[in-house]
Amino acid sequence: MRIISGGSYVPYRRLDRATISEALGTPPAPGTRSVASYDEDATSMGVEAARNALANVPPELAPELVLFATSTPAYLDKTNATAIHAALGLDRSIAAFDVVGSVRSGMAAMQLAGSASQRTLVVRSDVRTGLPGGADERDGGDGAAAFLFAPAGADVPAQTTALGRGAATLEFLDRWRLPGEPASHVWEERFGEHAYVPLAQAAFTDACKSAGITPEDLDHVLVSGPHSRAVRVASKAIGVRPDALVDNLSATVGYTGAAHSGIALADVLETTEPGKKIGVLLLADGADALIFETTDALGTIKPRRTVAEQLAAGVGGLSYETFLTWRGMLDREPPRRPDPVAPAAPPSLRSEDWKFAFAASRCEACGERHLPPARVCAKCGSIDQMTSERMADVPATIATFTVDRLAFTPSPPLVAAVLDFDGGGRFRGELTDVDPAAVKVGDRIEMTFRRITTAQGVHNYFWKGKPAR
Amino acid sequence: MASHGIRDRVAVIGMGCTPFGEHWDKGPEDLLVDAVGDALTSAGVEKDQVDAYWVGTMGSGISGLTLSRPLRIDYKPVTRVENMCATGSESFRNACYAVASGAFDMVMATGVEKLKDGGFSGLAISSPPGDGTTADLSAPALFSLLGPAYCKKYGVDDAEFKDVLTRIAWKNHYNGARNPRAQFRKEVPKDAIACSPLMAGNLGIFDCSGVSDGAAAAVIVRAEDAHKYTDKPLFVKALSFVAGPATGVVDNDYDYTTFTEVARAAEDAYSQAGVSDPRAEIAMAEVHDCFTPTELVLMEDLQFAERGFAWKEVLAGTFDLDGDLPVNPDGGLKAFGHPIGASGLRMLFECWLQLRGEAPEDRRIKTLEQGKKLALTHNLGGSPGECVSYVGIVGAE
Repeated sequence: MRIISGGSYVPYRRLDRATISEALGTPPAPGTRSVASYDEDATSMGVEAARNALANVPPELAPELVLFATSTPAYLDKTNATAIHAALGLDRSIAAFDVVGSVRSGMAAMQLAGSASQRTLVVRSDVRTGLPGGADERDGGDGAAAFLFAPAGADVPAQTTALGRGAATLEFLDRWRLPGEPASHVWEERFGEHAYVPLAQAAFTDACKSAGITPEDLDHVLVSGPHSRAVRVASKAIGVRPDALVDNLSATVGYTGAAHSGIALADVLETTEPGKKIGVLLLADGADALIFETTDALGTIKPRRTVAEQLAAGVGGLSYETFLTWRGMLDREPPRRPDPVAPAAPPSLRSEDWKFAFAASRCEACGERHLPPARVCAKCGSIDQMTSERMADVPATIATFTVDRLAFTPSPPLVAAVLDFDGGGRFRGELTDVDPAAVKVGDRIEMTFRRITTAQGVHNYFWKGKPAR
Repeated sequence: MASHGIRDRVAVIGMGCTPFGEHWDKGPEDLLVDAVGDALTSAGVEKDQVDAYWVGTMGSGISGLTLSRPLRIDYKPVTRVENMCATGSESFRNACYAVASGAFDMVMATGVEKLKDGGFSGLAISSPPGDGTTADLSAPALFSLLGPAYCKKYGVDDAEFKDVLTRIAWKNHYNGARNPRAQFRKEVPKDAIACSPLMAGNLGIFDCSGVSDGAAAAVIVRAEDAHKYTDKPLFVKALSFVAGPATGVVDNDYDYTTFTEVARAAEDAYSQAGVSDPRAEIAMAEVHDCFTPTELVLMEDLQFAERGFAWKEVLAGTFDLDGDLPVNPDGGLKAFGHPIGASGLRMLFECWLQLRGEAPEDRRIKTLEQGKKLALTHNLGGSPGECVSYVGIVGAE
C-alpha cells in the first residue's frame, strides 16, 4: 500500500435531499448528495480523478498499469479502462483492466495495486442511485478517486506504507442487481447487520494483528459500505477511538460505492500529517481491512484540487426533475431535431489522440497549433510537419459563445463557445457545468472529459470546456 | 493565374420560380416540373431545345436523375451539384460556363429543396460517419456567434444590436408581404420580432429564415443569341465563387465579424464586372440573409457599408425597398423562405423581375430610375469561419 499520489473527483452539482421529499412526500432528509452531470459516467469521472491524482506526478513516475473499479460500468463486454488509458494519453505498452461489478471491486483494485510489480494507477468511480424515493437515491452519491501505487521495494518516495491487512468473505444475499436493471435490490436491513458486523470485526482484528498494533493506535479509521446501518454498528464494534472515525461525507456527497473509501482516503491524506496510522474497513460482500501509515513524503506530490476544495466549489439548486432526467428515470419529450448519431468506430480509432487525449498538432515550421490536428498548416501551409501536443491541461479563454436552444442535447440548452487556448490554438466546442446566463466573452475555461451523448448503444466520449473554478 | 470571368458572354432568357413554403401536396419532383415548365414558358422554348441541365439540391435527391426522371428528359447531360446553401447559385454558375465554353447552345440551371418532409425544427443536415468530436450546433447558433463579436469590436450595446437585427427582419417581412411567391406574406411589427422566442444566442425565431420547399430554374444561352428569345435578357456580368480554407474556426485571429470568403468573392465579382464603387453602382442586391446578423455583416463584406457602420446604415433605412441600395426586395431568405438548392436561383429570379420592370408596383425598386443598372446576388454556405460564398452580378444591358 505504497501510495505515490492520490486525488479525487467530486462532480459540480449537488441535489438537496429536501427536494426529493418535497416532490414525493417522503420523510425529509438533511444534507445534499453529489450528482454526476448528464454528461458524466463512471468512466468520465474516473478520468477526472486520475488527472487530478497525476497532475503533479513527474513523467518518470507515470503509471505502468491501470486498474478501473466501478459498480456502474458504462460498458459490459468492453473494457472501460481503455477509455481512461486513452484520455490520460498513456503509452500503448501499458495494460488497462476493469475490475468491475460490485462495491468490493474498489478494494480489489487497491489490493492488487498494492502487490503489483508495476507502478499501478487505481481508478475508482461510481454513479450511485436507485428508484425514485428510495434510500439508494437519497443516500447515494457520485464521484471518483484515483491512486498511483509504487511497486513493493521500489525506490520511490511513497506517501504511505502498508502495515497490515485482513479479510472475511461470506456468501449471503444483502444487495444485488441483475445486468441491465436500473436499481439494486436489498434484503431486509436487520439481516445485513446480522451478517456484516461479525465479518467486519474479524477482518479488522486480523488486520490490526498483522500490523502489530491495537485498534486504539489508529489515528484515522474509515469505515464504509453500502449497508449504512451495518457500517454504523461496526464502527462502534471494532475497538477504535471514536475521535479516530473519519467523517463519511454523507451530509455532502453521499455514498459513492466503489469510489467511496477512496474519496475519504484522499481527503485524509490531504489533511493529515506524516507518521499517522490509517485503517480502512469496507463492508461489502464480506469485509476487508487495510492498515497503513503516512510517511515523511506525505504531501510531496499534491493533487490539483483537494476533496475539501471540490466540496466548497459544488453548487446546489438542482431540481429533482432534472436529477431524474439526468439519471434516465424521467423520459422527456425530445426536441424536434434529428436523433444524435453514434461516433463510427474507424474514424474514432484514427483520431484516438484527438478524441480521447485531446492532442492538437503544432506546426514545426511556424508554431501554429491546430485543434483538431491537421496535416496541412492553416498559417504557413507546411504539410506533414506536425508535432502532437496534448491540450487537456492547457487553459483557454472564451472568444465568443452562444446558447443553442435548438440543438439536441440531453440537457438543453446547449452552451457552445469558441475557445482560444493559452499559447495558441482555437477550438469550437461545448461548455458544461455552466450557467448559460453567466457566460461572458473573456471567461477562463479548463477542459474536462465527458460523455457527450449515448446513441445507438455507443457512448460518445469527448472533451468539453468548463469555467475554471 | 487569374479569374477572367465571362462578362457579357451568356444571358438568361427565361426563368421560373415556384411559390416557396409548405408544399404538403408537392414532392421535389412536382416542384421541379413546375419551375422548369415556368422557365420554358418564360423563355418561349421547348424542353427539346435545351441541350444540357444542371440541378442543384442539398438533400432532396442524388444524381442527375433527380431532374431527368420527373421531367423525362431525353438522354441529355444532367449534372447534380451541391455546395451547401449556395447550391442554387452553383447550379447557375456551372450552367453558364457550359454555354460560354461553346459546348452547348442552350442550357437550364435548376435548383430544388424539399425541407418540410423532414419533420424537424430548423435545418437538419446529415454528415458522413465521424468521430463524434464536432459539436452539433444548430445553424442559428453558429451564426449567432457573430453578434457578441460585432458588438464588442464596434462598441454596439446589446439593445442597439437587437434593434438592428429587428430592423433587418422587419424590412424583409415588409418586402415579403408584397411578394405573392413568398413563404411569409405579412408585415410583422417590430415589437413582435423583438420579443419572439429565442432560438440561439440573441436570435429569436423572427431572426431566422423560413424552412421551406421550393424550386427555381433559369434558361441560359450565348449573349449574342439572347435577343432571338426575348427583348429583355439578363446578361451575366460576374460569377464568383470561393470555398474558404475553413481556418476561421481554428485561427485565433479570426474575429467573427466578417465572412472572409464573401469579401474575397465580392472583390473578384466586382473586378469581373468592372464595378469600382459597388454602393453607387449596384441597383439592388439579393443577399444570403439566413439569419439577421448575417445580412448585417454581409453589408460590410459586400462593400455596401464601411466596416463597423453597417448597423447604422440598417437603422437609417439604406437597404429598405425605397433606400439607396435595396437589399432583398423580394423578402429574402427571411420572408421568401429558404429551400436550400433553390435559393440562389430565387435570388436571380428577383433580379429578373426587377431589372425587366416586372416586379409588382408595390415592391418595385426606385434605383433603376437613378440610372443604376446592375443587380447582385450573394449566396453563402456553411457558417462563420468555414464557408463557401457566391457573388454574381447581372445587368439588363
